[in-house]
Amino acid sequence: MEEVPHDCPGADSAQAGRGASCQGCPNQRLCASGAGATPDPAIEEIKEKMKTVKHKILVLSGKGGVGKSTFSAHLAHGLAEDENTQIALLDIDICGPSIPKIMGLEGEQVHQSGSGWSPVYVEDNLGVMSVGFLLSSPDDAVIWRGPKKNGMIKQFLRDVDWGEVDYLIVDTPPGTSDEHLSVVQYLAAARIDGAVIITTPQEVSLQDVRKEINFCRKVKLPIIGVVENMSGFICPKCKKESQIFPPTTGGAELMCQDLEVPLLGRVPLDPLIGKNCDKGQSFFIDAPDSPATLAYRSIIQRIQEFCDLRQSEEENLINS
Amino acid sequence: MEAAAEPGNLAGIRHIILVLSGKGGVGKSTISTELALALRHAGKKVGILDVDLCGPSIPRMFGAQGRAVHQCDRGWAPVFLDREQSISLMSVGFLLEKPDEAVVWRGPKKNALIKQFVSDVAWGELDYLVVDTPPGTSDEHMATIEALRPYQPLGALVVTTPQAVSVGDVRRELTFCRKTGVRVMGVVENMSGFTCPHCTVSPGGCRGTEAAPDRWGPWVALGSLPSPRSAPASSPGAAGRSWPGSPGCPS
Repeated sequence: MEEVPHDCPGADSAQAGRGASCQGCPNQRLCASGAGATPDPAIEEIKEKMKTVKHKILVLSGKGGVGKSTFSAHLAHGLAEDENTQIALLDIDICGPSIPKIMGLEGEQVHQSGSGWSPVYVEDNLGVMSVGFLLSSPDDAVIWRGPKKNGMIKQFLRDVDWGEVDYLIVDTPPGTSDEHLSVVQYLAAARIDGAVIITTPQEVSLQDVRKEINFCRKVKLPIIGVVENMSGFICPKCKKESQIFPPTTGGAELMCQDLEVPLLGRVPLDPLIGKNCDKGQSFFIDAPDSPATLAYRSIIQRIQEFCDLRQSEEENLINS
Repeated sequence: MEAAAEPGNLAGIRHIILVLSGKGGVGKSTISTELALALRHAGKKVGILDVDLCGPSIPRMFGAQGRAVHQCDRGWAPVFLDREQSISLMSVGFLLEKPDEAVVWRGPKKNALIKQFVSDVAWGELDYLVVDTPPGTSDEHMATIEALRPYQPLGALVVTTPQAVSVGDVRRELTFCRKTGVRVMGVVENMSGFTCPHCTVSPGGCRGTEAAPDRWGPWVALGSLPSPRSAPASSPGAAGRSWPGSPGCPS
């Protein structure tokens, strides 16, 4: 019996099935036989597919309910305001797909064409894909174990016909498990620009977000920065600020200093955000002057700057 | 060959309650904590099993971070909060060498640990075992329900918030419960409203739960969030505020 859990070495590692932590794992025999050692051909196929996608951004958090999907949706809306920019939003939360609701696309279905699955378009330049579009009823539950979820993510990356895309935003479920490992693994050859990590100010979120930051470092995923969401509440009547989730341990700012990651910004809690998400509309249209809108816009700009810098660094590397 | 779970370790538990939500961040761990504290206040012995392996929140909820799990002759001894052993805890959080260490496991490995948590923790005699779960309807949930099935859990409390995205996930969670044969004791709507402490206005929030059908069972709406001046349960070691017992729980 294990005293302390050690990480799974990975089905494709040399230690697969042989490591001390493999004892008791149901897949031990399979891994030890070397079945996991062959690289998945889908990785190359996805690399080819992703050649038409300029920038890939993952939106992560160790913690649930901090606003990953809300942020992903509004990052997409914000970037798509430039009609010349093509945006793709991919929702890989298989069990709890929130993106269709937030983007006002509930009830839409996915269509197949000769070149693969067609995303559902909110605007001409904003396409969306989610498992939510594959369910026939809002009551349908996706009760899948890890391997089946991984297969779905592979299909999303390989079989969706995104076309020419400037930004692919990937919204993830909370945690550091199958979905996260799979998306990083499948996009390994295609180069992810980086991850935006969402948190709320309280310690119970930060403790999970620190784990997520460590996960990113472990899998060598660049971190664009951290967004502190629900950072203060501005009363719409008296305009005074109160802290619904008090940053008793210094909030995201102190965590970012300690872990040396950039704090991209703080978004205050505006009740209109939730209302607009419920209606499936962009919050920016309903409340263009809200402090939350201004915060979002500043964060989006920093993300664009990060991606542009990475692109020019790579071009310099190629040309040198 | 894997031995069948010894009947000993769960045989002394009178009632098992699962706390579920399709949605993350709605307050499952907070509600689990408050429920345990309320039951203790009513004189019961309570255990909490935290099967959220990626984001274990229960140790911090009770100010028990850094406590270690020890072995005893019947398996793993849970972490006791007091000498009377009125509340006992088990979480992967107690097994990590460092608190920021990420548990980066795929499904099969998570399933194996959850089976151990169910069969190898020496809970002793408990009135209630509250099982706090991560969001979703996946490996952890299936492993937990399969492992607990022989012990006939009382049922599940499903937690949501008023937003439509939460309610959407609750619908899926209720389908999950139906398909896996878990009785839903009721739905708890958390974070139902907020009263500004400066001007006492309650700004209108989302109303996704107003359309909840009766077939969802008894509904408990937890009222306004506490004023920011009082410590919410998510602060370390906060004593639980008094909380009415869920109508579904037998006395």
